[in-house]
Amino acid sequence: MSATLFDARAAARAWRPPPLIASPGLRYAIYLGALLYAVLAVGTLEVNWTRAAEGLERGARFIAGFFPPDFVTKRFDIIEGLLESLTMTAVSTVIGVALSVPVALGAARNLAPMPIYLVCRGIIAVSRTFQEIIIAIVFVAMVGFGPLAGMLTLAFATIGFMAKLIAEDIEDIVEEQAEAIRATGASWFQLLAWGILPQVKPRLIGLSAYRLDINFREAAVLGLVGAGGIGDTLNTAFDRYEFDTAAAVLLVIIAIVLAAEYSSSWIRRKVQ
Amino acid sequence: MLLSLRGLTKRYPTGDLALKSVDLDVPAGQVMALIGPSGSGKSTLIRCVNRLVEPTGGSVMLEDTDVTRLGIGGLRRARRRMGMIFQEYALVERLTVMENVLSGRLGYVGFWASWFRRFPRKDVEEAFRLLHRVGLEHMVDKRADALSGGQRQRVGIVRALMQDPKLLLVDEPTASLDPKTSRQIMRLIVELCEERGLAAIINIHDVALAQQFARRIVGLRAGQIVFDGPATQLTPEVLTAIYGEEDWSTTIRPAEDEDAVAEPVAAR
Repeated sequence: MSATLFDARAAARAWRPPPLIASPGLRYAIYLGALLYAVLAVGTLEVNWTRAAEGLERGARFIAGFFPPDFVTKRFDIIEGLLESLTMTAVSTVIGVALSVPVALGAARNLAPMPIYLVCRGIIAVSRTFQEIIIAIVFVAMVGFGPLAGMLTLAFATIGFMAKLIAEDIEDIVEEQAEAIRATGASWFQLLAWGILPQVKPRLIGLSAYRLDINFREAAVLGLVGAGGIGDTLNTAFDRYEFDTAAAVLLVIIAIVLAAEYSSSWIRRKVQ
Repeated sequence: MLLSLRGLTKRYPTGDLALKSVDLDVPAGQVMALIGPSGSGKSTLIRCVNRLVEPTGGSVMLEDTDVTRLGIGGLRRARRRMGMIFQEYALVERLTVMENVLSGRLGYVGFWASWFRRFPRKDVEEAFRLLHRVGLEHMVDKRADALSGGQRQRVGIVRALMQDPKLLLVDEPTASLDPKTSRQIMRLIVELCEERGLAAIINIHDVALAQQFARRIVGLRAGQIVFDGPATQLTPEVLTAIYGEEDWSTTIRPAEDEDAVAEPVAAR
């Protein structure tokens, strides 16, 4: 061997970790381009500092209007909006998750034949393309103002979210475990229940909890386009310049979002 | 004849010809080792028998049914008669030992009964009996991923036996195990086959183990059978025919050395 001729120390001195972009020309061109862009972009900004200063003052007055938050005067409206939002959240999550399971099965390449796969991926794509607000506007136009539109919106959005992530989880299962179940003479549904479900169950439960949390946050926003819930209450409060009530609504939303977030992350930790 | 393969051929969609018209007969109660280099088609062969892999040609006769011609229901019934044991155990890791064992009965119970884990009492009884036989009756409610490799493989064996099979398809049962556990597992499989009169096709790449535990050895190379004979006829020439040129003098052991070789390993 050439072990005697090979100078490992010189080789170690000369060795450098390979750069992210191999070609030096391209590398420096990209750095330079990014710098140039940043300089030009900052140059095009026109900041009217006097207006900004005035805006600060107005903003301060606006925020001062929030204090003290008024939970009492409109308490029935707040409670009604809140219950509506919570109902919307729970119902839409249950319906959305239930509908997302068959779509997820169809969208998993290792379970579904090509035509079904394409249809289910199509459903997911449509559901994920549009932001909830846009879907809500469509549903409000279809079924009228109120929480039904919000519920439909959230259920529809839940399908895309859950089905995509569950389908990915199904595609990532340990194939041998499913194979072993098939080899026992299990039927297709038994394969799902014994070979696939145990492997995706933690993810299914965790994502459902996470989606419940997302759906509550979305439910609060959807009221702004007339789809019911606490967002409606908030919108009305702003329209009437009742900033103290608006502040109370915001605090209630923050409290519930925090509670939902903590409980959903707790559930996700527990099911691993 | 329990199992007869005739002209069994498998060509993967990639164009690779994994099995080239394999003919093989396995009588009832015979434990047979299938040896051959990686990629020679051992795994494909046993998966074609229970159609986890669809053969592209030939026939698989299990007693008097042609497995390759069965519909969904017929295939389920045929698979019940063939237990399978896997290299990486292939237990459903988030299910308990008992659930994994009972999954061997899925071919016999309906969906809702299996969903609610309501298996016939005698199935559960049989599960306990077999778990006791392999020394795991105290582990029934442990999750499968809490077990050691040797324990998992014993659960895998019990699951296969729960099917009440005539034939065991065993795919590299010892590849993930240490030498001592490997011997224990092989011994267990062979003993259980004798007790219950089961035939077995055991894929194995450890030639010494194959020789020690199986009387009949079949050598597969590039999808074709190149050797079929008793373990005692496994000569360096035969191994060269199966695996290619290598120094085989230390691989093959005279039959009388078998236990002398296994014991020091077990005693360690």
